[in-house]
Amino acid sequence: MPLWAKTGKTMGAVTVTNLTKTYEKGSVTALDDVSFRVEAGELFGLIGPDGAGKSTLFRILTTLLTADRGTAGVDGFDVVKDYRKIRNTVGYMPGRFSLYQDLTVEENLNFFATLFGTTIRENYHLVKDIYEQIEPFKDRRAGKLSGGMKQKLALCCALIHKPTVLFLDEPTTGVDVVSRREFWTMLNRLKEQGITILVSTPYMDEAVLCERIALIQTGRILSIDTPDAIVRGYPDRLFAARTDDLPRALADLRANPSVRSTYAFGEYLHLAFRQNDTENVSGLSRYLAEKGHSGIEIKPVTPTIEDRFIDLMTRETTPS
Amino acid sequence: MNTKEQKAIVCRDLTKRFGDFVAVDHISFEVERGEIFGFLGANGAGKTTAMRMLCGLSHPTSGQAAVAGFDVYRQQESIKRSIGYMSQKFSLYENLTVLENIEFFGGVYGLSDAKLNRRSERLITTLGLGQEARKMVGSLPLGWKQKLAFSVAVIHDPAIVFLDEPTGGVDPVTRRQFWDLIYEAAGRGITIFVTTHYMDEAEYCNRISIMVDGRVEALDTPGNLKHRFAADSMDEVFYQLARGAKRAAD
Amino acid sequence: MKQLLVFIRKEFYHVFRDRRTLLILFGLPTAQILLFGYALSSEVRNINLGVVDFAKDPASQQIVSRVQSSRYFNLKEAIPTYDAMQRAFRENRIRAALIIPAGFNGDLRHTNRAQVQVIADASDPNAATTITNYLTGIIGDYQRELNATAALPYRIGTETRMLYNPDLNGSLNFIPGVLALILMIVCTTLTSVSVVREKELGTMEVLLVSPFRPILVLIAKATPYLVLSLLDFTLILLLAVFVLDVPVRGSLLLLFAESALFIVCCLSLGLMISNVTASQQVAMLASMMGMMLPTLLFTGFLFPLENMPLPLQWISRVVPARWYYLIVKAIMLKGLGFAAVWKETAVLVGMALALLGVSLRNFKIRLA
Repeated sequence: MPLWAKTGKTMGAVTVTNLTKTYEKGSVTALDDVSFRVEAGELFGLIGPDGAGKSTLFRILTTLLTADRGTAGVDGFDVVKDYRKIRNTVGYMPGRFSLYQDLTVEENLNFFATLFGTTIRENYHLVKDIYEQIEPFKDRRAGKLSGGMKQKLALCCALIHKPTVLFLDEPTTGVDVVSRREFWTMLNRLKEQGITILVSTPYMDEAVLCERIALIQTGRILSIDTPDAIVRGYPDRLFAARTDDLPRALADLRANPSVRSTYAFGEYLHLAFRQNDTENVSGLSRYLAEKGHSGIEIKPVTPTIEDRFIDLMTRETTPS
Repeated sequence: MNTKEQKAIVCRDLTKRFGDFVAVDHISFEVERGEIFGFLGANGAGKTTAMRMLCGLSHPTSGQAAVAGFDVYRQQESIKRSIGYMSQKFSLYENLTVLENIEFFGGVYGLSDAKLNRRSERLITTLGLGQEARKMVGSLPLGWKQKLAFSVAVIHDPAIVFLDEPTGGVDPVTRRQFWDLIYEAAGRGITIFVTTHYMDEAEYCNRISIMVDGRVEALDTPGNLKHRFAADSMDEVFYQLARGAKRAAD
Repeated sequence: MKQLLVFIRKEFYHVFRDRRTLLILFGLPTAQILLFGYALSSEVRNINLGVVDFAKDPASQQIVSRVQSSRYFNLKEAIPTYDAMQRAFRENRIRAALIIPAGFNGDLRHTNRAQVQVIADASDPNAATTITNYLTGIIGDYQRELNATAALPYRIGTETRMLYNPDLNGSLNFIPGVLALILMIVCTTLTSVSVVREKELGTMEVLLVSPFRPILVLIAKATPYLVLSLLDFTLILLLAVFVLDVPVRGSLLLLFAESALFIVCCLSLGLMISNVTASQQVAMLASMMGMMLPTLLFTGFLFPLENMPLPLQWISRVVPARWYYLIVKAIMLKGLGFAAVWKETAVLVGMALALLGVSLRNFKIRLA
């Protein structure tokens, strides 16, 4: 049984019901009738590009904005009525680096601890793993830290009051691969401490690191499930193809009537056929050879979250 | 024709110091004409500093470099005329319309009116922006903005275009459309110099370099790099190289 | 309570780690006081002086020749009548006039007393004071010379009249003016910028999503600037008293109390600006254009209010600095007590309450 199917527990849970939010007098829709539920202790990912509505959703859940329609609750409290209670218990790390650049690492952490009526010592066990990595620089001004270090400090500050729910808005954007991996390792350790974590990211490859994810695009949820289930939802068989001249192969494949969709994917082109047919692959190999390609390779592959996202996105815009 | 003119970029021991800090530490590489060159590196590895020197925006401390055949010490103005530049942060004026932006940047690069008209028409048709031509750029979705910004950056047919994380935060479909534009420009002979945090995009480059702590630690085709590091993906290659980075601060 | 204290301490860190803020806080008042104090009271030379000599006797001629030989004055042609003199003033041909009444010598010789009149164009009050001082000095010299050989002392009275600005607004009045200006800059501009900076940096988001009451953010922001502006106030007073020799005639305590009231006014204004602006630049511009300019124009320390068109005079009534300026002038320069300034104080109290009310009521507990 997947985690989300368990019901009845409200502590740490997040509920979102028919949430709609528009900006500029309704001309820009940031969230369009969004509903979902996050269970206590879950590591939940909100996956989508910039402008999908991730930050708006986080800001509504952290009581910073009010929705036009719909309701939302955190820890069983209503985000509008009980905003003060929610502010006491949640941790929030906004998308932009939001610490005081002219205060030192230690001063920042101390400040946020006191703000939440606690001390560094009281909850040190929570941030210990992370803080130890930046402790050598504790007398350095936050503004002089590297990108990865800033993220770690911001996470410490968001954690220091032992929140029940942690909202992380694009913590890994613009951060290099190494720091991103470290960051996800930290999140998994925090999850083990029982903290509910909602994290948003534009990087599709990070989706598999979450327990459940919502794919979100232009204010609407395309799909919501475990990463595995979302990948299984990919409707066709997916193939990877390559030749020695990928850009030309892409153009040739697009021109081929048996190919439903094709796009670049790393060192390969991913493609799906219009009809499932055992002759597909050999036919396409011949076609590419006729077009003068060399080094032709076509093989079935397991779809990724990104393949599913592209699939859902293209369905949204061009209804079949 | 000497060899320098045949290469888009030639870099020899290029170095930039800020006081005691060596931001860029004797980097050397060459970029061929029409090549798509991926310039990767960990945060704080010195990518931005190196890119600034190559764009003629800052003087190297030592070493040599020629961009489009022009010397980075003495011919910065000529360099600026022969390159295009686009970054995730600054690209277009949000409160000007699509057409006004095209006209402005075309004007900055000294295109004649007739040329500018032809190109802006072609650009708007290619991007399918006919309906939006008179709309403010600020009202366009991010993906469209970035595609438009790229097209504007190459509107004067520069020898080289520098792209600083051009696809950050862009959805996967638009990201691929963006790369279609890059391929198309490369096909026209424009050299592409691009940084990205998306490792799948590293695969789209002809060659990539990976900077760690101010030095270029690896430079080859994606396939060769994966082979050399016995890795399945560029992600893994990058991880193996950058894991040992010493630099804590930018 | 501990939260508030930590917050306030953080604000002090911000201030002391930012050179620009420190410069505005302490460099600006010092520079302004010294600038106004020295640059504006510099020596005046080559003054065009008109002489209206109704006496035309030996004594009057002696005085005129002394004036003539002074390096300070350019003597214009003799002016025959009062009307001619008035015309000369209006046409800016002269900046001062010396009038010697008929029978000057006779009065002096027979009664030992005589009278001359000095009239100065006081639209530049500093210059006017200097001019009259020079003239009185010359006449005084002449009188001493006469007395050296006389049995009975002679006395020449000098009656001075200031044209256009009889109160001599401006002579020492720049000190209350600078006080108002500096407190305005520190409280209004720095406070609004420091609140808006949190919005710009995104830290306001984090602060809002915390148990710390939004209203306390404002109090915590205002407190350091209250303290700093009182420090600034003290600094200006010390400079005025010890460097410029300007006396504080009235009660120091009353002066501090009134200043604190004005500071509350300015802080509320600053918080109001920070409520409606989202970037430091806009906040800076709003407080500069909306607050500083009116303070400069409408307090009356640079331009006499009496000479302004009526509509502008009405506008001046809503500028808090104008009332504060009157209060400080009365206490500091004239040595008056609370009884003389209670009306102005009442106006300031009203303004402070209204502004504080509006800014607190409009404070957002969420993002815009």
